[in-house]
Amino acid sequence: MAPYPEQAELSGREFWTLSFLGLLMFFGAWSVLALSGLMPSMFLPTPWAVAERAVELTFHPFAGYTIQVHLISSIGRFLLGFGLAAAIGVPLGLAMGWFRWLDAAVTPLLEAVRFVAPIAWVPFAALWFGTGIGGPTLIIFTGAFPPALINAYRGARFVEPRLIEAARTLGAGNWRIIVEVLLPASVPSIVAGLRISAGLGWQSLIGAELIVASSGIGYLMVKGQSSISTTTVMSGMIAIGAVGFAIDVLLRRLQRRIEAASGIGE
Amino acid sequence: MALDSRRSGALVGVAAVAAVLLAWYLLTSVTGFIGPTRFPAPGEVGAALKQIAFDGYADGKLYQHVLQSCKLILMGFAAAVIVGVPLGLAMGFSRRIEAFVNPAFLLLRPIPPLAWIPLAIVWLGLGDAAKILVIWFAAFVPSVINSYTGVRSIDAHLLEAARTLGIQKRRLWLEVLVPGAAPHIFTGLRLSLQAAWTTLVAGELIGALQGLGQVLNVAAQDIYPAMILVGMIFVGLCGGGMTWVLGRIERYAMPWRRA
Repeated sequence: MAPYPEQAELSGREFWTLSFLGLLMFFGAWSVLALSGLMPSMFLPTPWAVAERAVELTFHPFAGYTIQVHLISSIGRFLLGFGLAAAIGVPLGLAMGWFRWLDAAVTPLLEAVRFVAPIAWVPFAALWFGTGIGGPTLIIFTGAFPPALINAYRGARFVEPRLIEAARTLGAGNWRIIVEVLLPASVPSIVAGLRISAGLGWQSLIGAELIVASSGIGYLMVKGQSSISTTTVMSGMIAIGAVGFAIDVLLRRLQRRIEAASGIGE
Repeated sequence: MALDSRRSGALVGVAAVAAVLLAWYLLTSVTGFIGPTRFPAPGEVGAALKQIAFDGYADGKLYQHVLQSCKLILMGFAAAVIVGVPLGLAMGFSRRIEAFVNPAFLLLRPIPPLAWIPLAIVWLGLGDAAKILVIWFAAFVPSVINSYTGVRSIDAHLLEAARTLGIQKRRLWLEVLVPGAAPHIFTGLRLSLQAAWTTLVAGELIGALQGLGQVLNVAAQDIYPAMILVGMIFVGLCGGGMTWVLGRIERYAMPWRRA
């Protein structure tokens, strides 16, 4: 039992009342600030004005396209960058977990670039791959790559040694050990890493689009910002939050399924 | 295949770094396979470093850009920690506060910190205040979440003991809850710091008068790859340096966890 009364589980009714009051406070304070004129409505529109604008953006093109089209082009870039990060990061991580020399060679190189924020790659990304698809994709890649690699590596390093010994004794070569022992055993760790990757990748995408893109949800927000259309900026924020949330929910489902299948989740 | 000793591992590491540096030198300076508009040669990077350090670039010398960026990080980070850690601790301790605050927090949490940049610019312009606000957002969420987790992870027996011994509220916080949650709090601070750097660089790339992001921005416009690389190197050094300092503080603050 909880030692302090503050820590006691709330009754369902109390929980929902408090949650509702909290939300009411949030939207109430926002509306009051907006309506009272303390913040001019140009800078802080009311919640319903934002909702109205978000709906309007679905059929009125802004910055060239409707909000769905911007979102689709963002998601396309995201999938490309994230896919590349997973396709390179996971195999490399597994191989580093198996071959010590590869680990010794790659780790110092990664350490050297670890603290360079993904967004700092924007100038080179634009210089090398332009501002269409290539540039933003590289930024997403730099954001999503490290967690994909690190978790695959950790997964491979902490595989039950008996499994590896058994495989070895039965005459499996390096390739078969990596594909048939390390990979299946590290799947839970890999998926956990991909969830982090996806979050960071999505976030880096927004940064890239704010700076160097000609379509996409970040671009929509920049245009909204330069025409001081706060409702458009906030609609963009909602769309970004919703898609980011959806990506996380999907991956979390996948993670649960895999954990259940491999018997970790119980 | 398998290298047993740590020494040969370090040797391979040094060799790998040397190989990359050598390849860089060969591809740029010697053969010119990669042109100077794509990636700078080592000599050019040295020249760019000298230029920004002594003559200045993008309206400031190197140390001014570094100081400017570090100043904004520290201000935004400190503001986020001062608000976020107590809020997270309170949410972790009291179910009522958690129920009250959580819905709004859950609504705002999926919005990446970078997505606040346009709004911050509309509200506060391109000056320091907008960047501090965005850094605050970036660092706030991990501070809250990890402090919350920290309190929840405290052994219930400790709290029971504290209660049975009749500890006062003030001492409960200072001597049980904060130290108990400290490992998680520091994890949160490290994540916060990383998020803060990413956000700052993005904010400065979009518009600033000084700072490392601004160096990158001007260098990108001038198509000056050597200076871009210098900017990136210093972004990495500052981020790494601050993380190292935080690690020292962590060791100092939690002597009971030192190995």
